Amino acid sequence: MTDKKLIIIGGGPAGLAAAVAAVDRGMDPHDILVLERDSEPGGILNQCIHAGFGLHRFGEELTGPEYSGRYIAMVRERNIPILCNAMALNLTADRRVTFVSPETGYTTLQAEAVILAMGCRERTRGALGTPGTRPSGVYTAGCAQRYVNIEGFMPGHRVVILGSGDIGLIMARRMTLEGAKVLAVCEIMPYSGGLARNIAQCLDDFGIPLKLSHTVTQIHGRDRVEAVTIAAVDEANGRRPIPGTEETIECDTLLLSVGLIPENELTRGAGIDINRATSGADVNQFRETSAPGIYACGNVLHVHDLVDYVSEEAVIAGTAAADRILGKGGSIVKSLPVTAGDGIRYTVPERIDLTADPEDVRIFFRVRDVYKKVQFFIETDGGEVLVKRAKSAAAPGEMESLTLPAEKLKSLIAGDCAGIRVYLKETGGKAQ
Amino acid sequence: MIYDVLIIGAGCTGVMTARLLSAKNVKTAVAEARCDVAMGATCANSAIVHAGYDAKPGTLKAKLNVRGNVLMKELCAQLGVEVKNVGSHVVGFGDEDLPKLQELYERGAANGVPGLEIIGRDALRKMEPHVSPEATHSLWAPSAAITCPYGITIAAADNAVTNGVDFFFNFPVVSCARQDGVFTVSDGTKTIRARYVVNCAGVHSAKLAAVLGEHDFPITITPRRGEYFILDKAVGNLANSTLFVCPSDRGKGILVSPTVDGNLIVGPNAYPIEDGDDRATTAEGLAEITAGARRIMPDVPMNMAITSFAGVRATPNIYDFYLKRSEQVPGLIHAVGVESPGFASSPATAEYLVGLLEEAGLTLTDKADYIPTRRPDGNHVQFNRLSEEEKAARCRENPAYGKIVCRCETVTEGDLLDMLDAPIPAVTIDMMKKRLRAGMGRCQGGFCSPRVAVLIAERTGMGLENVTKNGGGSWLVTKRIGEE
Repeated sequence: MTDKKLIIIGGGPAGLAAAVAAVDRGMDPHDILVLERDSEPGGILNQCIHAGFGLHRFGEELTGPEYSGRYIAMVRERNIPILCNAMALNLTADRRVTFVSPETGYTTLQAEAVILAMGCRERTRGALGTPGTRPSGVYTAGCAQRYVNIEGFMPGHRVVILGSGDIGLIMARRMTLEGAKVLAVCEIMPYSGGLARNIAQCLDDFGIPLKLSHTVTQIHGRDRVEAVTIAAVDEANGRRPIPGTEETIECDTLLLSVGLIPENELTRGAGIDINRATSGADVNQFRETSAPGIYACGNVLHVHDLVDYVSEEAVIAGTAAADRILGKGGSIVKSLPVTAGDGIRYTVPERIDLTADPEDVRIFFRVRDVYKKVQFFIETDGGEVLVKRAKSAAAPGEMESLTLPAEKLKSLIAGDCAGIRVYLKETGGKAQ
Repeated sequence: MIYDVLIIGAGCTGVMTARLLSAKNVKTAVAEARCDVAMGATCANSAIVHAGYDAKPGTLKAKLNVRGNVLMKELCAQLGVEVKNVGSHVVGFGDEDLPKLQELYERGAANGVPGLEIIGRDALRKMEPHVSPEATHSLWAPSAAITCPYGITIAAADNAVTNGVDFFFNFPVVSCARQDGVFTVSDGTKTIRARYVVNCAGVHSAKLAAVLGEHDFPITITPRRGEYFILDKAVGNLANSTLFVCPSDRGKGILVSPTVDGNLIVGPNAYPIEDGDDRATTAEGLAEITAGARRIMPDVPMNMAITSFAGVRATPNIYDFYLKRSEQVPGLIHAVGVESPGFASSPATAEYLVGLLEEAGLTLTDKADYIPTRRPDGNHVQFNRLSEEEKAARCRENPAYGKIVCRCETVTEGDLLDMLDAPIPAVTIDMMKKRLRAGMGRCQGGFCSPRVAVLIAERTGMGLENVTKNGGGSWLVTKRIGEE
C-alpha cells in the first residue's frame, strides 16, 4: 500500500460524510483512504434499527442503517476506497498512521491530512463503581443492542435500566417489543439526558416508569443478575443514596446507559490537546486540532444528540482537510480562543482562526443545567456583545448553537479583541 | 483408570503442584469445582510476588515465600509470562512507625530476603514522587515483583496438560471413599480414582477435609474478603513500585501498586464473611479503600477507576500455612489455610507438597520427554506483545492476526482462536478475558464481548445461548429472537 494524501480513521457517519465532502471539494478519491474497524462501513448506525435519523439532513425519518446506507452510496458513487476490518493502532503528530487489517497486514502510511472520526464508547459499570457481585447480565445498552439487533438474541427477560441516555431509552422500547419486561429506568439526575421525544415514545407509550434522582446501589446474584437495589439520591448531598429509600427489584438484566466517552486513545497518543469538558480534541472552526493537518469530527470530538449534526460537522472537517491538501485555505491572521462562560459546559470550536476573509462560524455548546428561559450571548473579552438570542428552554441533553456572522468576525481582525466568550443569563429561573 | 495423584482445587497451589508432578512418571488429575483454573483467591488478589519479610522467621510461610519469590520469576521466564521486578516499599508515617519497619527488616534478614534497606523521606520521594509528603521512611525490598497471578497459573496449567495431566472442571467433590489404598471421589454423578489426594481447595479446604475422611480436623477457615479498584492505564505510572502502608493489627493495610499490565491497583481491606464464595463489593468498603489509598498517595485519581472487585482469602485459625500429611487418612495431603503470601509462595509450596507425597510413599522419577513450555510447540505470545516486525510477519502468515476484536487491549481474532485451541481451551467470556485481556480495558467488554461470544459459539458449535460469562448459570442470552 502506498501513502495517501488523506486518511480518515473511522467509517461511521462522521468518516463517511467527511470523505464525501473532501471529494466534493475537489480531491481525487484515490488520494483518500477510509479505515473502518468493522466488517462493513456505517459504524454504530448499523445496529440502530429504529427510526428517527435524518430529519435535518434529508428531511425525512430514516432508520440507522438507511441513514448510513445513503452515505455509503455517496462514497461508492465517488469511488472513495474504504478498507474494512482495519484498526488504526497508532497515530503521530506528523500524521503517520499505523493500522492492521487481514487484507493489508500491519501497515504504516504517511498522510498530508488525517481526519479523526473514531466515535465514542459507552461508560461502564466499572467507571461508576457500582458495588455488588459481578454476575453476567450487566450490559451497556449498546452491547445489549448488538445482541438483539445484530446477533438476534435476547439478553434477558426482566430488565432494569440505569441511566436515561438515548440508547437506554431506545433499548427499553426494543426489549419490551421483543417480549422482555422493563421494570424501571433509573436516572441519577433530576432530569433525563435523553431527547424528550424518546422519553415519550420509548417509556411513556409503554408505561415504563422513569425514576428521576434514583440510582442503582447494589447488584445481586452470583452467576447471573438476580436483583438490583435502587435508592433515591440526595441532590443536596453529592447525589448520595438516601438511607431508607432502598428498594430491591428482582431482575435478570441491568442495562447501563450512563454516558458516552469520545474514543481518543489515538488522539492522546499523538500528543494532541484534549478539552477536559468534551474529552475530545481542542479544535478551531475548521475542526483542526492542535496538530496541524489533523482534524476531528463527530462523536470523537464531542458527543452529539443527532447523527445529522455529526454529518454536518464532518462536512466542515472534510472540506477543510481538502483545502489544506489542495492549497486552498487562506493564512491565519489572528487566533481567538472561545471560552465557556456562565451556564455553559463547553463550546465547539474552542478557538476561531481568522483568515483575512472569514466566513460565518457556528458555535455549538451545551448548557450546564436545565433552564426555563434564557438568553445566550457571545461577547468579546472587551465586553462587546456580538450575538444575543433568547430561548424558552435549555437542557444539557440538547445541543445549542449560535452563529457568528462573517462581518462581525472581520471587524475583530483589526481591533484588540483577544478572545470571545459564550454565556447565558437566566431570565425565567431554573426549571423544576 | 486409577490416577497416582488427584489434586482437588485448581488455584495456584494446586496447579503448581500438578505442574511439578507432570515432569515425573506419574499420572496426575486435578478436580476443580468451577469451569476454569484460578477461580478463587488466585484470580482476585494484589498480584504481588512478595519479598518475604512479612512472615515470622522459622515458619513455612517465611521459608516458602522467600523461595517462591525466586522460583516464581524463573517460572514466568520459562512460560513466557510477564513479571516485573519493581520492588516494594512499606511506607511509615512518623517515628512511631520506625520500630515496626525495623522489626520487618529484621524478620526479612532472618528469612533471607535480599537487599532490604530502610530509607528516609528524601530517598523515598525520589523513587516515588507521588507518595504522601507525610511519609517519613520506608522499608525498601528490591526483590518484590508484580505479575499476573491467574496468568502464570493458567500458563502452568497449560504446561501441565501438555505433559499429560488431566483436568476435570465443573467437578465439585461432594463425597469420597477409600478402599484398598485407592480413593474414589465423586461430584455426585462422576467419579475419579487415585492413590494419593492433595487437598488444595482454598477457602473450602477445611470443609473438604471432612469430606475426605478427617474427623475433628484442627484447622478452621474464616473467609476474609478484600476489595480492590483497578485504575486506567493512563495513571498506571503514578507508582513505580508496590507501596504498602506500615502494617497494623488489620493486616498489611491498603496498598497502591502498578500492575504488570500497566494499570494501577488499589486495595484491599479485610473483613471476615460467612460465605467463602461471596465476592460482592460494598459501597462502604470501596469508600474505605479510597480513603486508605489517599493516605499513601493523596492525589490518587479514583475517578480513573475502570473496575472494582473483591477477593476472598482463606484465613486459618493458626498463624502458618497448614501443609501436612493426614494423621487419619493414609495418602491424603493437606494444603490448608494458604492465605497471603500464598501466591508468591506457590511454586515453593508445590515443591513442599511433592516432598510430602514422596514421604507418604509415592515414587517419583523424571519424565524423559518432559516439555517445558505451555504448548508442545512453545509458549503462546499474544499479538500485542510482538515487535512491529513480528506483528507484520504474523499478519502475513495468518490474516486472522490482522483482525482486532478487542480494541482496548488490541486482541486479535488469531489470539482468540489460539486460546480456543489451547491445552485448556478457553470457552467462556471470562476465560478469554483472563488469558488475553479481551474485555479488560477501558470499555470493559462493551465492544468485544458479543464478538467473543459469537466466535466461541461458532467455533465450538455450542450455540450462543449456551456460551457463559464464567460457567455455571452465568448465561449471556436467553433465546434466538422469534423462537419460542
